[in-house]
Amino acid sequence: MRDRLIFAGQLGFTLLVAAFLVVPVVLSISAGVTVNYFRGIQSGVTLQWVVQVWNLYAGEIGLSFLIAFATLAVTLVVGVPAAYGLHVKGGRLSRVIEEIITLPLAIPGLAIALALLLTYGGFGGFRQSWLFILTGHVVFTMPFMVRSVMAVFASVDIKTLDEGAASLGASPWTRFCNVIVPNAMPGILAGSLMVVTLSLGEFNLTWMLHTPLTKTLPVGLADSYASMRLEVASAYTLIFFIMIVPLLVAMQMFAEKGEKK
Amino acid sequence: MSGIAGHGAAVHIENCGKTFPDGTQALAPASLDIVSGETLVLLGPSGCGKTTMLRIIAGLEKPDAGGRVLFDKTDMTAVPIEQRHVGMVFQSYALFPNMTVAENIGYGLKIRGVDKAARAARVAEMVALTNIGGLENRRIDQLSGGQRQRVALARAVAVRPRVLLLDEPLTALDASLRDRLRSELNSLLRSLGITAIYVTHDQAEAMELGDRIVVMRKGAIAQIGTPREIYFAPQNRFVAEFVGAANIVEGPVSDGRLTLPGGWLALDDAVDNAAAVAMIRPETIGVVAEADAFLRGTVESVAFIGDRERLVVTGAANKPLTVDAPNTINVRAGERVGLSVTPQAVRVLPKED
Repeated sequence: MRDRLIFAGQLGFTLLVAAFLVVPVVLSISAGVTVNYFRGIQSGVTLQWVVQVWNLYAGEIGLSFLIAFATLAVTLVVGVPAAYGLHVKGGRLSRVIEEIITLPLAIPGLAIALALLLTYGGFGGFRQSWLFILTGHVVFTMPFMVRSVMAVFASVDIKTLDEGAASLGASPWTRFCNVIVPNAMPGILAGSLMVVTLSLGEFNLTWMLHTPLTKTLPVGLADSYASMRLEVASAYTLIFFIMIVPLLVAMQMFAEKGEKK
Repeated sequence: MSGIAGHGAAVHIENCGKTFPDGTQALAPASLDIVSGETLVLLGPSGCGKTTMLRIIAGLEKPDAGGRVLFDKTDMTAVPIEQRHVGMVFQSYALFPNMTVAENIGYGLKIRGVDKAARAARVAEMVALTNIGGLENRRIDQLSGGQRQRVALARAVAVRPRVLLLDEPLTALDASLRDRLRSELNSLLRSLGITAIYVTHDQAEAMELGDRIVVMRKGAIAQIGTPREIYFAPQNRFVAEFVGAANIVEGPVSDGRLTLPGGWLALDDAVDNAAAVAMIRPETIGVVAEADAFLRGTVESVAFIGDRERLVVTGAANKPLTVDAPNTINVRAGERVGLSVTPQAVRVLPKED
């Protein structure tokens, strides 16, 4: 009897906490398909807001994905070899470089954005293109890629594997492709997942760096909250949700599969 | 590309030292010659520089300026490991977890552009040679320690290296497996006729596998010789005590006799000094009746080890002597015994330390 009471209490508490987190999501999404939010759901269900958001912000959505995958590409191409180099080289200099790469985690996004604006704001073409936002995202997400790859390197003794491949005649590039990258795969996948997620949701930095022509999903969301009907902003959230959740689930599954291998 | 027997390069090491960036000298400049087809063992306690020496030969470390590594008279000092055509077995094996056993063994051949059929044939040959049939398609994490060791060896030998380098390949295994693999490895190295350099801290391994042994200590070579030379004729106290058990005795010398508290020993080696330090192996000391010996003592303890009895005899020398006697001997603790030692068994060591 007492056990069942405790169980019921725990279940109730868990459901309460879950509801606390889930209800706003549900409300927000339902607001996006309601004709008039202030009159409630009885005012009718509609997709007009979703269509309106899509018409207004399709560009932002496309740009967000472009930037997210470009960020992923840059962090992969630069971050994985960098992690390899830092791990194999070792020593104090590597530690210092690793700290510097990690620094953007501790510095507010606004400060990074300000520094980028102060330095490169004068280069009009660069400042006005999406590459400027890409730069910010790369700076911000790089530590996640480098760190998660380095964590794997530390756990599989990559240095000895590298020496083993070298002793068998493999050149540095061949070793990197045949031995280093395949064995770092769990870290690369975990890092990729984090980089894409962070880039898609990044607001601080992006808000400072964007121009009216280079807005991303979260910036557009803030925009619509600030300037449009609540239903529109909510529809926006709905689209954000529909786009990101399947992507994250797919990447997670991919990562798990990679780890099992 | 046929036949199992490889060819071995003669390796010449000239003045190779290694000082690490923080200033510690891992290896004092040393020179070594390794004959083609020979198995040379680098033996010593941890931190003696043996692994550094191996890594210099492999090309994984650069010797300090002035050092040179030659394979068959070709200077390899500036050649990176991937072009030295060596085979290497690492202590941790360094097998690739992302490849199967067969892919691991064939990796070096694939890198060299050997076509698929020839590669498969060579892999099969290696699998048979190292007794790992049936494991070809396993992943590395599905293998036992002993199996991994065999795969690592097969992978290193598959490319027909000019020099086979083994860095404590048996250390990670448990004792009984180690003994079995040691003798397998021995017959394998003999049948391959390859130049092999083997690093170990285990003197039994060194004795069994080495054509010659290089005993190292604190970054320097203490002695180079055949296992017999190292064992019976150590050149210094460190080698005497590191390789096998040794009794070190010390005393005044006159007329070719070394005087000890319990009598004297006849010396074979001529000694100029008035005093000498000498080494006697425990199994070279015979236990005889007290009246028949020139050296006497009291048995302090008797330990039955199985294949022999280990006695500790006090009063004969400055320190208790360890004596390995046949297991049929009938002595008890407290008994007075005589010790017979032939002059050849007494090895005079230089005074040092």
